[in-house]
Amino acid sequence: MPRLINLRPGRAGALLLGALPFLATVIVYLVASHARLADNPNDKLLPAFGSFAQSIHEFAAEPDQRTGQVLLWLDTQASLTRLGLGLAFSAGLGLIFGIITGVLPYLRAGLAPFIATLSLIPPLAMLPVLFIVFGMGELSKVVLIVIGVSPFLMRDLALRVGEIPGEQIIKAQTLGASSWTLILRVVLPQLLPRLLDALRLSLGAAWLFLIAAEAIAAEAGLGYRIFLLRRYLAMDVILPYVAWITLLAFALDWSFRLANRWLFPWYQGGKNA
Amino acid sequence: MTALSIKRLWKEYGDQVVLENLNLEVKDNEFITVVGASGCGKTTFLRMLLGEERPTRGTFLIDGEPLPAEPGPDRGIVFQRYSVFPHLTVRDNVLLGLELEQAPLIGRLFGTKRRAALERVDEMLHAVGMYEARAKYPAQLSGGMQQRLSIAQSVIKNPKILLLDEPFAALDPGLSADMHILILDLWQRHKMNIFMITHDIKEGFELGTRLLVFDKVRLDVQAPNAYGATITYDIPLGISGKKLLDELTETTRRTERFVDKLAAA
Repeated sequence: MPRLINLRPGRAGALLLGALPFLATVIVYLVASHARLADNPNDKLLPAFGSFAQSIHEFAAEPDQRTGQVLLWLDTQASLTRLGLGLAFSAGLGLIFGIITGVLPYLRAGLAPFIATLSLIPPLAMLPVLFIVFGMGELSKVVLIVIGVSPFLMRDLALRVGEIPGEQIIKAQTLGASSWTLILRVVLPQLLPRLLDALRLSLGAAWLFLIAAEAIAAEAGLGYRIFLLRRYLAMDVILPYVAWITLLAFALDWSFRLANRWLFPWYQGGKNA
Repeated sequence: MTALSIKRLWKEYGDQVVLENLNLEVKDNEFITVVGASGCGKTTFLRMLLGEERPTRGTFLIDGEPLPAEPGPDRGIVFQRYSVFPHLTVRDNVLLGLELEQAPLIGRLFGTKRRAALERVDEMLHAVGMYEARAKYPAQLSGGMQQRLSIAQSVIKNPKILLLDEPFAALDPGLSADMHILILDLWQRHKMNIFMITHDIKEGFELGTRLLVFDKVRLDVQAPNAYGATITYDIPLGISGKKLLDELTETTRRTERFVDKLAAA
């Protein structure tokens, strides 16, 4: 009998093993839901799959009676816009401050302690301040994502600049680079794939801040909807919404990974060139 | 005309003396190999030539001017590793030096200027035998090819001085013989001063017009840091024989053993 560490599943085996926890979860849910509904047909906690289908149809295919809009798409659009704006501003700030603190010793001395301190402020504790300063509109939600994500990006990218071998930096100077062209031609292009990696890592935090901000004050949005429906114990809508958010997060993560592979073939050891 | 003039140069870090009383005159178009035990200031000397370190005392003139305080395009460098840009193809790696020179604002060339520059790049790639690999990224190249690329990158700038910091140390012996032919050929065609640091005394003898040995004259166990290294041999090449090679091997080994003994104690 070989050691367990040397036993490896085949391709099909790995796929099957990966699917098992998903299947198990569905089965446990179905059994529990069936048992509760047999006791009380009006139970709202664990709805049957039939009620899911009905509410998904209601929210994703039919216009809302009051507003005339299809709520799932309205909410998705509102949330993705906030998330996209928040991530885009964070990426821009992260790149700018990551590069200048990574490359220029004077700016590092001046800014790094401040950025390190900023990154320690719990962003959610700042949420009331943001609502007071920026109002209850879109801006405060986007700013929450930015202050939650950008300090991490700045510090991470500054570290990535430090990982560029010193030999390269000296070589660039002997090829005639100024500080500016060194940033433009040597540092920035090597940071872009690392930025995408860092953004992937911060997607979870970005969603957290988005849903938290929407839960408190919004007129549309995925987080707004599930917190609104919580009052009615509408698990038949909340659970599909959570599944939809998970799917969106997965798709974003996957598209970032794909973009990295397509845009920066050299980053994967030039394998795709 | 002397390309390089060093007089009574000392380099100290605190109370540790690295180089003491270094004197050196270098004429134009010399190929100097530098050998010596580890910790004998070869790398410090190279870093001073680059402009990364300042001498503690003494004069260090290049073309009669004081040494610039930072690396610049008149002094090219090839390190043992990591001196090509991983995000650029072979062609763009060589083109970069021309772009940085001709487009100081954005570091990029377009149109006819770019085409003219690329012609020079392709000529250089032919000269170092890398034209076929022009579209590849460095990660796809072997170590020897990466060093060829790094050399091409520097030589296309026509530097007055080319610094080579153990450029072939990580290569197979067969490969480094090819590289020797390449570097000698480039040196003769481009008229520059080459300083090559090497661990390999035999390589130091085979290449170049002049061999410098960096070594500690005094080995004091009580105060190992009090005495620095200096140039102990300055030999014009072409006339040296086996006896000299053996003598040099013996003296650098003696220092090497001393340093090891200190490290072990």
